[in-house]
Amino acid sequence: MSNTHVLSQNPGAGAPETLQFHVTGEHHPQNGTLLGFWLYLMSDCLIFACLFAVYGVLGRSYAAGPSGADLFDLNLVAINTAMLLLSSITYGFAMLEMQRNRVGKTQLWLFITGLFGVAFIGLELYEFAHLIHQGAGPQRSAFLSSFFALVGTHGLHVTFGIIWLVVLMVQLGKHGLIPENRRRLMCLSMFWHFLDVVWIGVFTFVYLMGVLP
Amino acid sequence: MPSSKPLRGLALLSTVLLTSLLAGCNTVLMSPSGYIAMQQRDLIVVSTILMLIIIVPVIILTLVFAWRYRASNVNAKYDPEWHHSTMVELMIWSAPLIIIIALGAITWVSTHKLDPYRPLERISADRELPTNVTPMTVEVVALDWKWLFLYPEQGIATVNELVAPVDRPILFKMTASTVMNSFFIPAMAGQVYAMPGMETKLNAVINRPGVYEGFSANYSGAGFSDMRFKFYGMPAADFANWVEQTRAGQETLTREAYLKLEQPSEAEPVRRYASVADGLYEAILNRCVESNRMCMNDMMAIDAKGGLGTLGTFNLASNESTRIRLGLTDTATRAYVGAMCTPADPTGGIGNANPVL
Amino acid sequence: MFEHLDISKMLLGRLSLEAIPFHDPILLVTFIAVALGGLALVGALTYFRLWGYLWREWFTTIDHKKIGIMYIILGIVMLLRGFADAIMMRIQQAVAFGDVAGYLPPHHYDQIFTAHGVIMIFFVAMPLVTGLMNYVVPLQIGARDVAFPFLNNFSFWMTAAGAALVMASLFVGEFARTGWLAYPPLSGIAQSPDVGVDYYIWSLQIAGVGTLLSGINLLVTIVKMRAPGMSMMKMPVFTWTSLCTNALIVAAFPVLTAVLALLSLDRYAGTNFFTADFGGNAMMYVNLIWIWGHPEVYILILPAFGVFSEVVSTFSSKRLFGYASMVYATVVITILSYLVWLHHFFTMGSGASVNSFFGITTMIISIPTGAKIFNWLFTMYRGRIRFDVPMLWTVGFMVTFVIGGMTGVMLAVPPADFSLHNSLFLVAHFHNVIIGGVLFGMMAGINYWFPKAFGFRLDEFWGKCSFWFWLVGFYIAFMPLYVLGLMGVTRRMNHFDDPSLQIWFEIAALGAFLIALGILSFLIQLVVSFKRREQLRDHTGDPWHGRTLEWSTSSPPPPYNFAFTPQVHEGDAWWQMKQRGYERPAGGFQPIHMPANTAAGIVLAGLSAALGFALIWHMWIPAIATFVALVGVAIAHTFNYKRDYYIPAEEVAQIEAERSRLMASHV
Repeated sequence: MSNTHVLSQNPGAGAPETLQFHVTGEHHPQNGTLLGFWLYLMSDCLIFACLFAVYGVLGRSYAAGPSGADLFDLNLVAINTAMLLLSSITYGFAMLEMQRNRVGKTQLWLFITGLFGVAFIGLELYEFAHLIHQGAGPQRSAFLSSFFALVGTHGLHVTFGIIWLVVLMVQLGKHGLIPENRRRLMCLSMFWHFLDVVWIGVFTFVYLMGVLP
Repeated sequence: MPSSKPLRGLALLSTVLLTSLLAGCNTVLMSPSGYIAMQQRDLIVVSTILMLIIIVPVIILTLVFAWRYRASNVNAKYDPEWHHSTMVELMIWSAPLIIIIALGAITWVSTHKLDPYRPLERISADRELPTNVTPMTVEVVALDWKWLFLYPEQGIATVNELVAPVDRPILFKMTASTVMNSFFIPAMAGQVYAMPGMETKLNAVINRPGVYEGFSANYSGAGFSDMRFKFYGMPAADFANWVEQTRAGQETLTREAYLKLEQPSEAEPVRRYASVADGLYEAILNRCVESNRMCMNDMMAIDAKGGLGTLGTFNLASNESTRIRLGLTDTATRAYVGAMCTPADPTGGIGNANPVL
Repeated sequence: MFEHLDISKMLLGRLSLEAIPFHDPILLVTFIAVALGGLALVGALTYFRLWGYLWREWFTTIDHKKIGIMYIILGIVMLLRGFADAIMMRIQQAVAFGDVAGYLPPHHYDQIFTAHGVIMIFFVAMPLVTGLMNYVVPLQIGARDVAFPFLNNFSFWMTAAGAALVMASLFVGEFARTGWLAYPPLSGIAQSPDVGVDYYIWSLQIAGVGTLLSGINLLVTIVKMRAPGMSMMKMPVFTWTSLCTNALIVAAFPVLTAVLALLSLDRYAGTNFFTADFGGNAMMYVNLIWIWGHPEVYILILPAFGVFSEVVSTFSSKRLFGYASMVYATVVITILSYLVWLHHFFTMGSGASVNSFFGITTMIISIPTGAKIFNWLFTMYRGRIRFDVPMLWTVGFMVTFVIGGMTGVMLAVPPADFSLHNSLFLVAHFHNVIIGGVLFGMMAGINYWFPKAFGFRLDEFWGKCSFWFWLVGFYIAFMPLYVLGLMGVTRRMNHFDDPSLQIWFEIAALGAFLIALGILSFLIQLVVSFKRREQLRDHTGDPWHGRTLEWSTSSPPPPYNFAFTPQVHEGDAWWQMKQRGYERPAGGFQPIHMPANTAAGIVLAGLSAALGFALIWHMWIPAIATFVALVGVAIAHTFNYKRDYYIPAEEVAQIEAERSRLMASHV
């Protein structure tokens, strides 16, 4: 056994072969919140991938009922898409204001984002209600089941995002832009933009391709 | 520790394994009666031998090393820092690799050769397929919880009894009424799942006359354990006799009889039907035995053209009237896509050729 | 519209007194036994005034060590239930021939084989694996806790909540009768209208949330919280396998969540994902569930491989052979496990090219697996092997697992599988690899790390008894099943007509009885070890002459694990420290920043279990109420910003000094 002893009072001193085996002073591990949230988001992405795959398999099984071409109101979808995309832009403005340390402005842009989000959900609920009223509910065919599951899951995520947004606005009001709240704003930012990307997939593969023959 | 520990361990292990192996020799999978099953048996044997080439040395080495390098054996060399050897690494990655390449090639070839959908090219290992022989078709329907066999060539049907001539290829076309089952006669060939709304196929032949076990190999509910049938392989003459006898019977498999047969029941006795309604199997496969129901092939054709539009939304029917008419009050009411009447076919559905029921 | 609403129906759903199985004597006796035992336990806890202690020290803890222990306790308790199911099945199949119907009505038997599979995979193997990883990984990487300690507590309670729901199905209603993967259409609302499949769905969804979050937690821990100097290729092998396992969890469990959600939509909302009419496709369920299912079995086996790597190296007193090769093999196995799922349904008629592709990928996995076995062998070669209990389990594994691997490769040849699929040969194969691999690995790990966790070793005699009963019992229980599979016997049968099969089932039942003795020996081992703990005490923290950082701490470690974060220079960090004569610092301690306990985890999980129960029984008002409460509590928890505290430097100094005294007095 080697006779090299290392004493805590002598950090890094002595002969080249003297090895330090512990860190003196306080050791702060890196914060893993953003990585953790990103991993959660990717797992959520996988859920959406499954729903897209299911839609891919079942999306043309109309059970001799209506197809996307018969049901989709692309004008409504265009407005909806605009609402969501604008909400992403306004969230971006909120993040810029956060970096400028302006709590009030941050909350304002968050509020506008929330409004766009509510508009999106409202229009989507109207679309769903109209489809169901027409008899084209999720029970009618596998195509409609997969449509409602995919679009509905996305809408549920947006709804939870809006609730989270409201809660964060309150927490910003109480505590301001402390590091914890900044991390939360970044997480919600990732979440919100992620939902936007998923929506782009939805309106491309479901709506735009759905109305094609 | 007793000095012969690994040897004892090895002896015990070998005994148990050998007993199992030898016991396995007399089993139906190792001594089958159909050419497809025989080829599958050969594959099992070959893959076992190839794998044994790796695992026998591994097991022996494990026990030998455990014994030899035990702490109390001070004679053995102790080399605590030896943790890398490129040579050893090369060997331990390439030996299994070579075996797997061999097995992989065997897999590719045999999977294509023994594809259940592939028509037979030989009757058995030593006999070619005669040129004038066509496969006999048997249509198989897995019901809750019995097997229905339809013989379109002979125009008869049976429940829980399958009969076929020896040395003639058989084409099984399979579907199910409600849940997934697996059609399996171990002595003859491998199994294939029978699934509702889908058709699977199995090409096989039985080479020896005898009585063989057949059953479902996928758990399907309460009556699963009784979902068994006997498969009789007979010489051609005996088979023809059996067909004649069955044709002379009383029962007919009408659509009505089928709808009653379809009701859940367990441990069904053998039944034979002297005649079968036209197009019954197609109707079962396409799930339109009830006359007010759209057949699946028509539905899929309509969907391929883009569905029926908003007009089709409310085109729903149910089995309510059928239930009442046939006295099937235990059945739940089910909704399904309705058959559509046209001027040319005012009482039935598209392709649904039974106007009365 | 509202006049049709029946309030009592909205409150009680389809729950009624008929849900309690008064008519089934076996269940009734079980219920009475459980009730009496439960009352005794509750009574003892109250009498000894332990509720406060339990709540403060265990239920609300965020300490990864205690959470790991709780996971393992959960796994062991559920092992007793899962094994009870197993032995009931073995007995039934040994007696039910010809006119003898057996003692289990088919309706009950069909629930038992479903529950056995679900419990063993989700509530025994997963908690044991998760518990070991939770306990060991932060210690091995020199961290104080996992990345998200609160989430860790929540994850545990969600798993426990899922287990509670499954256990509830014994006494209120019934469990699914579909097999452990619940294929539709059998699991659809038309064929299984009762609550069984709903119990299945919600217990798995709730436990699945826990597992997914745990996966994220450990991944971030390993990526972000390794001690300085511990590069990836200097991590212990158990940490490597944990990294790969948790990557698998994050990449596989969402698929399970999605497919079970679709099944529940079919059952609750009348959708048509997996129905035969209206365009659904039941084969899609089979594909999706196995896209989850195959990575799942690798999630179970990789940590076991990690345990064996640690144990072989430690008890051979030798460095692990081929570290880099082991790492690459683990990563290759992780990636390949996503490319094989179709081998679970070769018989579904996918066509020869598709079948061969998946068959060949399945075989390819055996190459890195084989490399690992050889690496363990060559670690033993020229080592000095001590046959403590963990090493016994390891040698048992090396012999047993390769047999299971062999039969797996046989099953991977599609035409061979056509004859063997769903037969008892298949059942023997997967028990061969899961018992020989996962269970043996968990027993090795528990025996190995028990002294670290509790400060005393496990009794060796009873450990050896347990090992030998398990080993011999396993072979006697499952080798006959290989034979039966070759005899064409299929699985999940509740009675037989061919009397020539009976002897094999009787032998298998004997094997199961031996395994029962193995489990009993393990329980005795725990009790005896506790009673003899002073003789078995571990004073140094390093009872096995270990090589990795967890052995540098006391047994048990202090709450903060390390007074000073270790600085790592080489792999097998603790071995190097010992070689260099490392001495623990005697002073210069700093206050240590620690996360605080929380009740939010158990509350949220309790609400989730209540929500699951309400959904199962269609109790819509309680369902909505618990859901709102769940969201409310979760939001309220986010308003709690004060989740930490500091351990004062003096307290740290005191704890470290006490340890020094202990070590000095037991040289």
